[in-house]
Amino acid sequence: MAIQLTNRSKVVSNKVQTPMEKLYLPAIVKGMLITFSHLFKKTPTVRYPDQLRSRAGIYRGQHVLKRDENGAERCTACGMCAVACPAEAITMENGERKKGEEHLYREEKYATKYEINMLRCIFCGLCEEACPKEAIFLTDRIVDAEYERDTFIYGKDKLVEKIDKRIDVSIRETKEVAEFKKIPGLKHNELFDSSKQLKKGKH
Amino acid sequence: MISFIIYKFIVCVVVFGLSLGVAAYATLWERKFAAFLQDRVGPDKAGWHGILQPLADGGKMFFKEEIIPNVSNRFLFILGPSLFMMTALMTGSVIPWGADFTMDGKVYSAQITDINIGVLYLFGVVSVGVYGIMIGGWASNNKFALLGAIRASSQMISYEIAMGISVIALVITSGGTLSLREIVGQQDAGVANIVWQPLGFLIFFVCALAETNRAPFDLPECESELVGGYHTEYSSMKLGLFLFAEYINMFISSAIMSSFYFGGFNFPFAAELYSAMGLEAGSFWITLIGFGALFTKIFMFICVFMWVRWTLPRFRYDQLMNLGWKILIPLSLLNLAITVVVEFFRGNLHF
Repeated sequence: MAIQLTNRSKVVSNKVQTPMEKLYLPAIVKGMLITFSHLFKKTPTVRYPDQLRSRAGIYRGQHVLKRDENGAERCTACGMCAVACPAEAITMENGERKKGEEHLYREEKYATKYEINMLRCIFCGLCEEACPKEAIFLTDRIVDAEYERDTFIYGKDKLVEKIDKRIDVSIRETKEVAEFKKIPGLKHNELFDSSKQLKKGKH
Repeated sequence: MISFIIYKFIVCVVVFGLSLGVAAYATLWERKFAAFLQDRVGPDKAGWHGILQPLADGGKMFFKEEIIPNVSNRFLFILGPSLFMMTALMTGSVIPWGADFTMDGKVYSAQITDINIGVLYLFGVVSVGVYGIMIGGWASNNKFALLGAIRASSQMISYEIAMGISVIALVITSGGTLSLREIVGQQDAGVANIVWQPLGFLIFFVCALAETNRAPFDLPECESELVGGYHTEYSSMKLGLFLFAEYINMFISSAIMSSFYFGGFNFPFAAELYSAMGLEAGSFWITLIGFGALFTKIFMFICVFMWVRWTLPRFRYDQLMNLGWKILIPLSLLNLAITVVVEFFRGNLHF
Protein backbone atom coordinates (compact mmCIF):
# COMPACT_ATOMS: atom_id res chain seq x y z
CA MET A 1 0.00 0.00 0.00
CA ALA A 2 1.22 3.43 -0.86
CA ILE A 3 2.05 5.88 1.87
CA GLN A 4 -0.85 8.16 2.53
CA LEU A 5 0.45 11.70 2.93
CA THR A 6 -2.88 13.43 3.40
CA ASN A 7 -6.43 12.29 3.90
CA ARG A 8 -7.61 14.44 1.01
CA SER A 9 -7.01 11.86 -1.69
CA LYS A 10 -10.05 10.17 -3.18
CA VAL A 11 -10.40 6.81 -4.81
CA VAL A 12 -11.34 7.21 -8.45
CA SER A 13 -14.55 5.43 -9.27
CA ASN A 14 -15.39 4.24 -12.73
CA LYS A 15 -18.89 3.22 -11.87
CA VAL A 16 -21.32 2.69 -14.69
CA GLN A 17 -23.88 5.44 -15.23
CA THR A 18 -27.45 4.75 -14.29
CA PRO A 19 -30.03 5.13 -17.10
CA MET A 20 -31.15 8.39 -15.50
CA GLU A 21 -27.61 9.74 -15.61
CA LYS A 22 -27.20 8.54 -19.17
CA LEU A 23 -30.11 10.73 -20.21
CA TYR A 24 -27.93 13.76 -19.33
CA LEU A 25 -31.01 15.97 -19.45
CA PRO A 26 -31.48 16.30 -15.66
CA ALA A 27 -27.82 17.20 -15.27
CA ILE A 28 -28.03 19.67 -18.16
CA VAL A 29 -31.12 21.31 -16.68
CA LYS A 30 -29.40 21.51 -13.31
CA GLY A 31 -26.36 23.16 -14.85
CA MET A 32 -28.47 25.58 -16.81
CA LEU A 33 -30.37 26.57 -13.69
CA ILE A 34 -27.07 27.34 -11.99
CA THR A 35 -26.03 29.67 -14.80
CA PHE A 36 -29.53 31.15 -14.88
CA SER A 37 -29.33 32.02 -11.20
CA HIS A 38 -26.26 34.09 -12.00
CA LEU A 39 -28.35 36.35 -14.24
CA PHE A 40 -29.77 37.97 -11.13
CA LYS A 41 -26.56 38.32 -9.18
CA LYS A 42 -24.84 41.63 -8.68
CA THR A 43 -21.65 42.08 -10.62
CA PRO A 44 -18.62 42.77 -8.44
CA THR A 45 -17.08 44.84 -11.24
CA VAL A 46 -15.42 48.14 -10.33
CA ARG A 47 -15.55 50.30 -13.48
CA TYR A 48 -12.05 51.52 -12.87
CA PRO A 49 -11.47 54.85 -14.57
CA ASP A 50 -14.96 56.08 -13.70
CA GLN A 51 -15.16 54.44 -10.34
CA LEU A 52 -12.30 54.06 -7.87
CA ARG A 53 -11.94 51.38 -5.32
CA SER A 54 -11.47 52.94 -1.88
CA ARG A 55 -7.85 52.96 -0.74
CA ALA A 56 -6.18 53.10 2.62
CA GLY A 57 -5.44 56.65 3.75
CA ILE A 58 -1.71 55.96 3.83
CA TYR A 59 -1.64 54.43 0.34
CA ARG A 60 1.82 54.78 -1.15
CA GLY A 61 1.60 55.97 -4.76
CA GLN A 62 3.36 58.50 -6.96
CA HIS A 63 5.88 60.74 -5.22
CA VAL A 64 5.69 64.47 -4.81
CA LEU A 65 8.48 66.94 -4.08
CA LYS A 66 6.94 69.49 -1.74
CA ARG A 67 7.41 73.23 -1.71
CA ASP A 68 7.34 75.24 1.49
CA GLU A 69 4.67 77.78 2.35
CA ASN A 70 6.46 80.45 0.26
CA GLY A 71 6.61 78.23 -2.76
CA ALA A 72 10.32 77.40 -2.53
CA GLU A 73 11.43 73.83 -3.06
CA ARG A 74 12.25 72.06 0.16
CA CYS A 75 14.68 69.58 -1.32
CA THR A 76 18.37 70.30 -0.71
CA ALA A 77 19.70 67.38 -2.73
CA CYS A 78 21.28 65.74 0.31
CA GLY A 79 20.86 62.32 -1.25
CA MET A 80 19.35 60.64 1.81
CA CYS A 81 16.46 59.33 -0.20
CA ALA A 82 18.74 57.91 -2.88
CA VAL A 83 20.79 56.11 -0.22
CA ALA A 84 17.72 54.82 1.56
CA CYS A 85 16.12 53.59 -1.66
CA PRO A 86 16.38 49.78 -1.75
CA ALA A 87 15.55 49.71 -5.46
CA GLU A 88 18.07 52.40 -6.38
CA ALA A 89 15.43 54.25 -8.28
CA ILE A 90 16.40 57.79 -7.29
CA THR A 91 19.19 59.89 -8.78
CA MET A 92 19.87 63.57 -8.42
CA GLU A 93 22.38 66.31 -9.14
CA ASN A 94 22.88 69.30 -6.91
CA GLY A 95 23.60 72.91 -7.59
CA GLU A 96 24.19 76.09 -5.65
CA ARG A 97 21.46 78.64 -5.25
CA LYS A 98 22.32 81.96 -6.84
CA LYS A 99 21.35 85.36 -5.60
CA GLY A 100 17.75 86.21 -6.35
CA GLU A 101 16.64 82.60 -6.34
CA GLU A 102 15.64 82.58 -2.69
CA HIS A 103 12.00 82.36 -3.61
CA LEU A 104 12.67 79.22 -5.65
CA TYR A 105 14.85 77.16 -3.32
CA ARG A 106 14.65 77.16 0.44
CA GLU A 107 18.32 76.48 1.14
CA GLU A 108 21.62 77.29 -0.51
CA LYS A 109 21.91 73.88 -2.10
CA TYR A 110 19.19 72.48 -4.27
CA ALA A 111 18.55 69.65 -6.73
CA THR A 112 19.17 70.72 -10.33
CA LYS A 113 18.08 67.29 -11.47
CA TYR A 114 15.93 64.86 -9.55
CA GLU A 115 14.77 61.65 -11.18
CA ILE A 116 12.79 58.67 -9.97
CA ASN A 117 12.55 55.63 -12.17
CA MET A 118 8.99 54.51 -11.61
CA LEU A 119 9.71 51.08 -13.07
CA ARG A 120 12.37 50.45 -10.43
CA CYS A 121 10.49 52.05 -7.57
CA ILE A 122 8.81 49.59 -5.24
CA PHE A 123 6.82 52.28 -3.41
CA CYS A 124 8.17 51.24 -0.03
CA GLY A 125 8.22 54.79 1.31
CA LEU A 126 11.77 54.65 2.69
CA CYS A 127 12.70 57.85 0.81
CA GLU A 128 9.97 59.67 2.60
CA GLU A 129 11.15 58.26 5.92
CA ALA A 130 14.75 59.18 5.22
CA CYS A 131 14.10 62.75 4.11
CA PRO A 132 15.34 65.23 6.76
CA LYS A 133 13.74 68.19 5.02
CA GLU A 134 10.17 66.84 4.68
CA ALA A 135 10.57 67.32 0.96
CA ILE A 136 9.55 64.00 -0.58
CA PHE A 137 6.27 62.29 0.11
CA LEU A 138 4.36 59.44 -1.41
CA THR A 139 0.79 60.32 -2.36
CA ASP A 140 -2.34 58.37 -3.18
CA ARG A 141 -1.97 59.15 -6.89
CA ILE A 142 -1.32 56.25 -9.25
CA VAL A 143 1.57 56.35 -11.72
CA ASP A 144 0.15 56.60 -15.23
CA ALA A 145 0.57 53.82 -17.73
CA GLU A 146 2.99 54.67 -20.53
CA TYR A 147 4.06 53.09 -23.80
CA GLU A 148 7.83 53.67 -23.53
CA ARG A 149 10.22 52.68 -20.79
CA ASP A 150 12.06 56.00 -20.69
CA THR A 151 8.85 57.91 -20.06
CA PHE A 152 8.69 56.21 -16.68
CA ILE A 153 11.72 58.16 -15.50
CA TYR A 154 10.02 61.07 -13.80
CA GLY A 155 12.00 64.28 -13.61
CA LYS A 156 11.41 67.41 -11.59
CA ASP A 157 8.74 68.52 -14.04
CA LYS A 158 6.50 65.69 -12.91
CA LEU A 159 7.63 65.33 -9.31
CA VAL A 160 7.70 68.89 -7.94
CA GLU A 161 4.26 70.09 -7.04
CA LYS A 162 2.91 73.07 -8.96
CA ILE A 163 2.74 76.31 -6.99
CA ASP A 164 -0.90 76.86 -7.80
CA LYS A 165 -1.77 73.16 -7.49
CA ARG A 166 -0.47 72.03 -4.14
CA ILE A 167 -0.77 68.38 -3.24
CA ASP A 168 -2.14 67.65 0.19
CA VAL A 169 0.05 65.25 2.18
CA SER A 170 -1.20 66.27 5.62
CA ILE A 171 -2.23 62.68 6.31
CA ARG A 172 1.46 61.72 6.15
CA GLU A 173 2.96 64.93 7.52
CA THR A 174 1.60 64.44 11.02
CA LYS A 175 3.02 65.35 14.38
CA GLU A 176 3.70 61.69 15.10
CA VAL A 177 5.85 61.41 12.03
CA ALA A 178 7.83 64.48 13.01
CA GLU A 179 8.30 63.12 16.52
CA PHE A 180 9.29 59.76 15.15
CA LYS A 181 12.03 61.32 13.09
CA LYS A 182 13.49 62.94 16.19
CA ILE A 183 13.94 59.71 18.17
CA PRO A 184 17.70 59.39 18.65
CA GLY A 185 17.73 55.66 18.08
CA LEU A 186 16.03 56.10 14.77
CA LYS A 187 18.12 59.03 13.66
CA HIS A 188 19.33 57.26 10.59
CA ASN A 189 20.32 60.63 9.20
CA GLU A 190 23.11 60.91 11.69
CA LEU A 191 25.27 58.27 10.10
CA PHE A 192 25.56 60.41 7.03
CA ASP A 193 25.80 63.71 8.84
CA SER A 194 28.73 65.35 7.10
CA SER A 195 30.25 66.80 10.27
CA LYS A 196 30.16 63.46 12.06
CA GLN A 197 31.57 61.63 9.11
CA LEU A 198 34.52 63.99 9.20
CA LYS A 199 35.04 63.13 12.85
CA LYS A 200 34.98 59.47 12.02
CA GLY A 201 37.59 60.07 9.40
CA LYS A 202 39.99 61.39 12.06
CA HIS A 203 40.31 58.00 13.70
CA MET B 1 -47.01 42.67 -62.16
CA ILE B 2 -44.49 45.50 -61.74
CA SER B 3 -45.93 46.36 -58.33
CA PHE B 4 -45.64 42.69 -57.37
CA ILE B 5 -41.96 42.63 -58.33
CA ILE B 6 -41.30 45.88 -56.50
CA TYR B 7 -43.09 44.57 -53.42
CA LYS B 8 -41.13 41.30 -53.44
CA PHE B 9 -37.93 43.26 -53.92
CA ILE B 10 -38.75 45.35 -50.86
CA VAL B 11 -39.51 42.21 -48.82
CA CYS B 12 -36.21 40.67 -49.95
CA VAL B 13 -34.27 43.75 -48.89
CA VAL B 14 -36.11 43.90 -45.57
CA VAL B 15 -35.46 40.24 -44.79
CA PHE B 16 -31.82 40.63 -45.87
CA GLY B 17 -31.35 43.68 -43.68
CA LEU B 18 -33.20 42.03 -40.84
CA SER B 19 -31.01 38.93 -40.93
CA LEU B 20 -27.84 41.03 -40.94
CA GLY B 21 -29.10 43.42 -38.29
CA VAL B 22 -30.29 40.71 -35.97
CA ALA B 23 -27.06 38.77 -36.45
CA ALA B 24 -25.00 41.88 -35.71
CA TYR B 25 -26.88 42.60 -32.54
CA ALA B 26 -26.88 38.91 -31.62
CA THR B 27 -23.09 39.16 -31.39
CA LEU B 28 -23.47 42.00 -28.91
CA TRP B 29 -26.22 40.23 -27.03
CA GLU B 30 -24.13 37.07 -26.90
CA ARG B 31 -21.33 38.96 -25.20
CA LYS B 32 -23.71 40.77 -22.90
CA PHE B 33 -25.60 37.60 -22.03
CA ALA B 34 -22.38 35.70 -21.38
CA ALA B 35 -21.31 38.55 -19.14
CA PHE B 36 -24.57 38.41 -17.18
CA LEU B 37 -24.26 34.65 -16.75
CA GLN B 38 -20.71 35.07 -15.49
CA ASP B 39 -21.36 38.04 -13.18
CA ARG B 40 -19.55 40.43 -15.48
CA VAL B 41 -20.59 43.66 -17.18
CA GLY B 42 -19.76 42.96 -20.82
CA PRO B 43 -18.99 45.53 -23.51
CA ASP B 44 -20.36 48.90 -22.43
CA LYS B 45 -17.96 51.49 -23.77
CA ALA B 46 -19.15 51.89 -27.38
CA GLY B 47 -22.28 53.95 -27.07
CA TRP B 48 -25.05 53.51 -24.54
CA HIS B 49 -24.52 50.08 -22.91
CA GLY B 50 -22.27 49.15 -25.83
CA ILE B 51 -25.02 49.60 -28.39
CA LEU B 52 -22.50 50.57 -31.09
CA GLN B 53 -20.22 47.61 -30.39
CA PRO B 54 -21.31 45.61 -33.48
CA LEU B 55 -20.43 48.59 -35.70
CA ALA B 56 -17.05 48.90 -34.02
CA ASP B 57 -16.44 45.16 -34.45
CA GLY B 58 -17.47 45.27 -38.10
CA GLY B 59 -15.29 48.29 -38.76
CA LYS B 60 -12.37 46.59 -37.09
CA MET B 61 -12.88 43.49 -39.23
CA PHE B 62 -12.87 45.54 -42.43
CA PHE B 63 -9.65 47.37 -41.56
CA LYS B 64 -7.71 44.28 -40.56
CA GLU B 65 -4.94 43.05 -42.80
CA GLU B 66 -6.16 40.49 -45.27
CA ILE B 67 -3.91 37.47 -45.56
CA ILE B 68 -4.40 34.80 -48.20
CA PRO B 69 -1.85 32.02 -47.75
CA ASN B 70 0.46 31.46 -50.73
CA VAL B 71 -0.14 27.73 -50.74
CA SER B 72 -3.91 28.05 -50.64
CA ASN B 73 -6.26 27.73 -53.56
CA ARG B 74 -7.14 31.37 -54.00
CA PHE B 75 -10.48 30.96 -55.75
CA LEU B 76 -11.82 28.36 -53.34
CA PHE B 77 -10.39 30.26 -50.38
CA ILE B 78 -12.61 33.22 -51.27
CA LEU B 79 -15.53 31.02 -52.30
CA GLY B 80 -15.72 29.29 -48.88
CA PRO B 81 -16.94 32.14 -46.69
CA SER B 82 -19.03 33.60 -49.53
CA LEU B 83 -20.89 30.33 -49.95
CA PHE B 84 -21.38 29.92 -46.21
CA MET B 85 -22.76 33.44 -45.92
CA MET B 86 -24.96 33.05 -49.01
CA THR B 87 -26.60 29.86 -47.81
CA ALA B 88 -27.12 31.37 -44.39
CA LEU B 89 -28.98 34.27 -45.96
CA MET B 90 -30.93 32.12 -48.44
CA THR B 91 -32.73 30.15 -45.75
CA GLY B 92 -34.65 33.22 -44.66
CA SER B 93 -36.62 33.33 -47.89
CA VAL B 94 -39.27 30.70 -47.04
CA ILE B 95 -40.00 31.75 -43.50
CA PRO B 96 -43.41 33.39 -43.08
CA TRP B 97 -42.74 36.54 -41.06
CA GLY B 98 -46.36 37.55 -40.58
CA ALA B 99 -49.95 37.11 -41.67
CA ASP B 100 -51.09 38.30 -45.12
CA PHE B 101 -52.32 41.86 -45.31
CA THR B 102 -54.57 43.64 -47.76
CA MET B 103 -53.85 47.04 -49.21
CA ASP B 104 -56.00 48.69 -51.91
CA GLY B 105 -57.79 45.39 -52.46
CA LYS B 106 -54.58 43.51 -53.11
CA VAL B 107 -53.29 40.74 -50.83
CA TYR B 108 -49.66 40.91 -49.87
CA SER B 109 -47.84 38.17 -48.02
CA ALA B 110 -45.10 38.91 -45.53
CA GLN B 111 -42.85 36.21 -46.89
CA ILE B 112 -40.40 36.23 -49.78
CA THR B 113 -41.83 33.11 -51.35
CA ASP B 114 -44.19 30.39 -50.23
CA ILE B 115 -42.96 27.38 -52.17
CA ASN B 116 -44.92 24.22 -51.53
CA ILE B 117 -41.73 22.29 -50.74
CA GLY B 118 -40.44 24.87 -48.28
CA VAL B 119 -39.21 22.31 -45.75
CA LEU B 120 -37.32 20.46 -48.46
CA TYR B 121 -35.84 23.74 -49.72
CA LEU B 122 -34.66 24.55 -46.20
CA PHE B 123 -32.91 21.22 -45.86
CA GLY B 124 -31.37 21.54 -49.29
CA VAL B 125 -29.92 24.99 -48.57
CA VAL B 126 -28.72 24.03 -45.10
CA SER B 127 -26.86 21.03 -46.49
CA VAL B 128 -25.19 23.27 -49.09
CA GLY B 129 -23.97 25.39 -46.19
CA VAL B 130 -21.54 22.69 -45.17
CA TYR B 131 -19.78 23.14 -48.54
CA GLY B 132 -18.78 26.63 -47.46
CA ILE B 133 -16.98 25.27 -44.42
CA MET B 134 -15.59 22.27 -46.29
CA ILE B 135 -14.26 24.33 -49.20
CA GLY B 136 -12.88 27.03 -46.93
CA GLY B 137 -11.14 24.52 -44.69
CA TRP B 138 -9.72 22.52 -47.56
CA ALA B 139 -8.56 25.53 -49.60
CA SER B 140 -6.60 26.90 -46.62
CA ASN B 141 -4.09 24.06 -47.07
CA ASN B 142 -3.68 23.83 -43.33
CA LYS B 143 -4.06 20.64 -41.34
CA PHE B 144 -6.04 22.26 -38.55
CA ALA B 145 -8.41 23.91 -40.99
CA LEU B 146 -8.86 20.63 -42.82
CA LEU B 147 -9.54 18.74 -39.59
CA GLY B 148 -12.07 21.38 -38.61
CA ALA B 149 -13.73 21.16 -42.00
CA ILE B 150 -13.91 17.35 -41.81
CA ARG B 151 -15.41 17.55 -38.36
CA ALA B 152 -17.93 20.13 -39.51
CA SER B 153 -19.05 18.14 -42.51
CA SER B 154 -19.34 14.81 -40.70
CA GLN B 155 -21.15 16.46 -37.82
CA MET B 156 -23.60 18.25 -40.08
CA ILE B 157 -24.31 15.18 -42.16
CA SER B 158 -24.85 13.03 -39.07
CA TYR B 159 -27.20 15.43 -37.37
CA GLU B 160 -29.13 16.25 -40.52
CA ILE B 161 -30.48 12.68 -40.53
CA ALA B 162 -31.98 12.90 -37.06
CA MET B 163 -33.21 16.40 -37.84
CA GLY B 164 -34.82 15.26 -41.07
CA ILE B 165 -36.60 12.34 -39.42
CA SER B 166 -37.93 14.54 -36.63
CA VAL B 167 -39.23 16.97 -39.26
CA ILE B 168 -40.94 14.12 -41.14
CA ALA B 169 -42.87 13.41 -37.95
CA LEU B 170 -43.73 17.10 -37.76
CA VAL B 171 -44.92 17.12 -41.36
CA ILE B 172 -47.20 14.16 -40.64
CA THR B 173 -48.64 16.03 -37.68
CA SER B 174 -49.33 19.05 -39.84
CA GLY B 175 -51.27 17.00 -42.36
CA GLY B 176 -48.55 16.23 -44.86
CA THR B 177 -47.76 19.71 -46.07
CA LEU B 178 -44.21 20.85 -46.78
CA SER B 179 -45.11 24.51 -47.06
CA LEU B 180 -43.98 26.53 -44.07
CA ARG B 181 -46.91 28.87 -44.40
CA GLU B 182 -49.37 26.00 -44.09
CA ILE B 183 -47.46 24.46 -41.18
CA VAL B 184 -47.69 27.79 -39.37
CA GLY B 185 -51.29 28.27 -40.47
CA GLN B 186 -52.31 24.97 -38.95
CA GLN B 187 -51.20 26.17 -35.53
CA ASP B 188 -53.44 29.20 -35.99
CA ALA B 189 -56.58 28.24 -34.10
CA GLY B 190 -55.50 25.06 -32.42
CA VAL B 191 -52.48 24.31 -30.32
CA ALA B 192 -48.86 24.66 -31.31
CA ASN B 193 -47.06 21.62 -32.68
CA ILE B 194 -44.89 21.36 -29.58
CA VAL B 195 -47.85 19.72 -27.83
CA TRP B 196 -47.91 16.90 -30.38
CA GLN B 197 -44.16 16.76 -30.94
CA PRO B 198 -42.31 17.31 -27.64
CA LEU B 199 -39.70 14.66 -28.35
CA GLY B 200 -39.45 15.75 -31.96
CA PHE B 201 -38.80 19.31 -30.82
CA LEU B 202 -36.08 18.21 -28.42
CA ILE B 203 -34.34 16.26 -31.18
CA PHE B 204 -34.74 19.15 -33.59
CA PHE B 205 -33.32 21.58 -31.05
CA VAL B 206 -30.26 19.46 -30.31
CA CYS B 207 -29.68 18.99 -34.04
CA ALA B 208 -30.11 22.71 -34.63
CA LEU B 209 -27.35 23.35 -32.09
CA ALA B 210 -25.13 20.94 -33.99
CA GLU B 211 -26.07 22.33 -37.42
CA THR B 212 -25.22 25.88 -36.42
CA ASN B 213 -21.91 24.73 -34.91
CA ARG B 214 -22.87 26.17 -31.57
CA ALA B 215 -21.62 24.93 -28.21
CA PRO B 216 -21.71 22.19 -26.99
CA PHE B 217 -21.24 21.02 -30.58
CA ASP B 218 -18.70 23.62 -31.72
CA LEU B 219 -16.03 21.05 -32.48
CA PRO B 220 -15.26 22.42 -35.97
CA GLU B 221 -13.85 25.59 -34.45
CA CYS B 222 -12.65 24.11 -31.23
CA GLU B 223 -9.80 26.41 -30.33
CA SER B 224 -8.25 24.18 -27.66
CA GLU B 225 -7.54 21.42 -30.18
CA LEU B 226 -7.64 22.94 -33.65
CA VAL B 227 -6.33 26.49 -33.19
CA GLY B 228 -9.34 28.05 -34.94
CA GLY B 229 -10.77 25.08 -36.79
CA TYR B 230 -11.85 25.65 -40.37
CA HIS B 231 -11.22 29.40 -40.19
CA THR B 232 -7.66 29.15 -38.85
CA GLU B 233 -6.15 30.75 -41.97
CA TYR B 234 -8.85 33.36 -42.44
CA SER B 235 -8.41 36.96 -41.50
CA SER B 236 -10.15 40.28 -41.99
CA MET B 237 -13.75 40.26 -43.18
CA LYS B 238 -13.58 36.70 -44.54
CA LEU B 239 -13.21 35.54 -40.97
CA GLY B 240 -15.94 38.03 -40.14
CA LEU B 241 -18.24 36.40 -42.68
CA PHE B 242 -17.70 32.96 -41.15
CA LEU B 243 -18.38 34.22 -37.65
CA PHE B 244 -21.26 36.36 -38.80
CA ALA B 245 -22.92 33.58 -40.77
CA GLU B 246 -23.01 31.52 -37.60
CA TYR B 247 -25.21 34.16 -36.02
CA ILE B 248 -27.43 34.38 -39.08
CA ASN B 249 -27.79 30.60 -38.94
CA MET B 250 -28.72 30.90 -35.30
CA PHE B 251 -31.33 33.54 -36.12
CA ILE B 252 -32.80 31.52 -38.97
CA SER B 253 -32.90 28.26 -37.04
CA SER B 254 -34.60 30.07 -34.18
CA ALA B 255 -37.15 31.36 -36.69
CA ILE B 256 -37.62 27.85 -38.08
CA MET B 257 -38.11 26.33 -34.64
CA SER B 258 -40.59 29.05 -33.75
CA SER B 259 -42.50 28.40 -36.98
CA PHE B 260 -42.37 24.61 -36.81
CA TYR B 261 -43.11 24.02 -33.15
CA PHE B 262 -44.32 27.24 -31.56
CA GLY B 263 -46.85 28.57 -34.03
CA GLY B 264 -44.69 31.15 -35.81
CA PHE B 265 -46.49 34.47 -35.86
CA ASN B 266 -49.55 33.05 -34.07
CA PHE B 267 -49.93 33.44 -30.35
CA PRO B 268 -52.61 32.41 -27.82
CA PHE B 269 -55.79 34.50 -27.84
CA ALA B 270 -54.66 36.37 -30.95
CA ALA B 271 -58.18 36.52 -32.43
CA GLU B 272 -59.61 37.88 -29.17
CA LEU B 273 -56.90 40.53 -29.02
CA TYR B 274 -57.47 41.63 -32.60
CA SER B 275 -61.25 41.90 -32.14
CA ALA B 276 -60.72 43.80 -28.89
CA MET B 277 -58.46 46.22 -30.73
CA GLY B 278 -61.00 46.49 -33.54
CA LEU B 279 -58.65 45.26 -36.26
CA GLU B 280 -60.20 43.65 -39.31
CA ALA B 281 -58.70 40.62 -40.98
CA GLY B 282 -56.06 41.68 -43.49
CA SER B 283 -55.03 44.76 -41.56
CA PHE B 284 -51.35 45.66 -41.70
CA TRP B 285 -51.32 45.96 -37.93
CA ILE B 286 -52.16 42.27 -37.57
CA THR B 287 -49.11 41.46 -39.68
CA LEU B 288 -46.98 43.71 -37.51
CA ILE B 289 -48.24 42.28 -34.23
CA GLY B 290 -47.77 38.75 -35.56
CA PHE B 291 -44.27 39.69 -36.61
CA GLY B 292 -43.64 40.98 -33.09
CA ALA B 293 -44.88 37.69 -31.64
CA LEU B 294 -42.61 35.71 -33.94
CA PHE B 295 -39.73 37.95 -33.05
CA THR B 296 -40.29 37.48 -29.35
CA LYS B 297 -40.12 33.71 -29.86
CA ILE B 298 -36.97 34.07 -31.95
CA PHE B 299 -35.39 36.19 -29.26
CA MET B 300 -36.23 33.61 -26.62
CA PHE B 301 -34.67 30.89 -28.75
CA ILE B 302 -31.53 32.93 -29.35
CA CYS B 303 -31.27 33.42 -25.60
CA VAL B 304 -31.61 29.66 -25.04
CA PHE B 305 -28.89 29.04 -27.65
CA MET B 306 -26.58 31.38 -25.77
CA TRP B 307 -27.62 30.06 -22.40
CA VAL B 308 -26.70 26.55 -23.51
CA ARG B 309 -23.42 27.78 -24.93
CA TRP B 310 -22.31 29.42 -21.72
CA THR B 311 -23.36 26.49 -19.56
CA LEU B 312 -22.28 23.27 -21.24
CA PRO B 313 -18.75 22.19 -22.01
CA ARG B 314 -17.82 20.95 -25.46
CA PHE B 315 -18.47 17.32 -26.44
CA ARG B 316 -15.64 15.01 -27.34
CA TYR B 317 -15.72 13.96 -30.97
CA ASP B 318 -16.65 10.31 -30.31
CA GLN B 319 -19.31 11.41 -27.83
CA LEU B 320 -20.73 13.67 -30.50
CA MET B 321 -20.93 10.81 -32.99
CA ASN B 322 -22.38 8.47 -30.37
CA LEU B 323 -25.06 10.97 -29.51
CA GLY B 324 -25.90 11.58 -33.14
CA TRP B 325 -25.97 8.05 -34.47
CA LYS B 326 -26.79 5.89 -31.45
CA ILE B 327 -29.20 8.09 -29.57
CA LEU B 328 -30.75 10.82 -31.68
CA ILE B 329 -31.43 8.77 -34.82
CA PRO B 330 -33.11 5.83 -32.97
CA LEU B 331 -35.01 8.36 -30.86
CA SER B 332 -36.22 10.24 -33.91
CA LEU B 333 -37.29 6.95 -35.54
CA LEU B 334 -39.19 6.08 -32.37
CA ASN B 335 -40.76 9.51 -32.43
CA LEU B 336 -41.76 8.98 -36.05
CA ALA B 337 -43.36 5.61 -35.23
CA ILE B 338 -45.28 7.04 -32.29
CA THR B 339 -46.40 10.00 -34.41
CA VAL B 340 -47.71 7.75 -37.15
CA VAL B 341 -49.74 5.68 -34.64
CA VAL B 342 -51.07 8.74 -32.85
CA GLU B 343 -51.97 10.54 -36.07
CA PHE B 344 -53.68 7.41 -37.40
CA PHE B 345 -55.98 7.35 -34.39
CA ARG B 346 -56.48 11.13 -34.56
CA GLY B 347 -57.63 10.53 -38.11
CA ASN B 348 -55.08 12.84 -39.72
CA LEU B 349 -53.44 10.08 -41.68
CA HIS B 350 -54.90 9.16 -45.06
CA PHE B 351 -53.67 6.37 -47.28
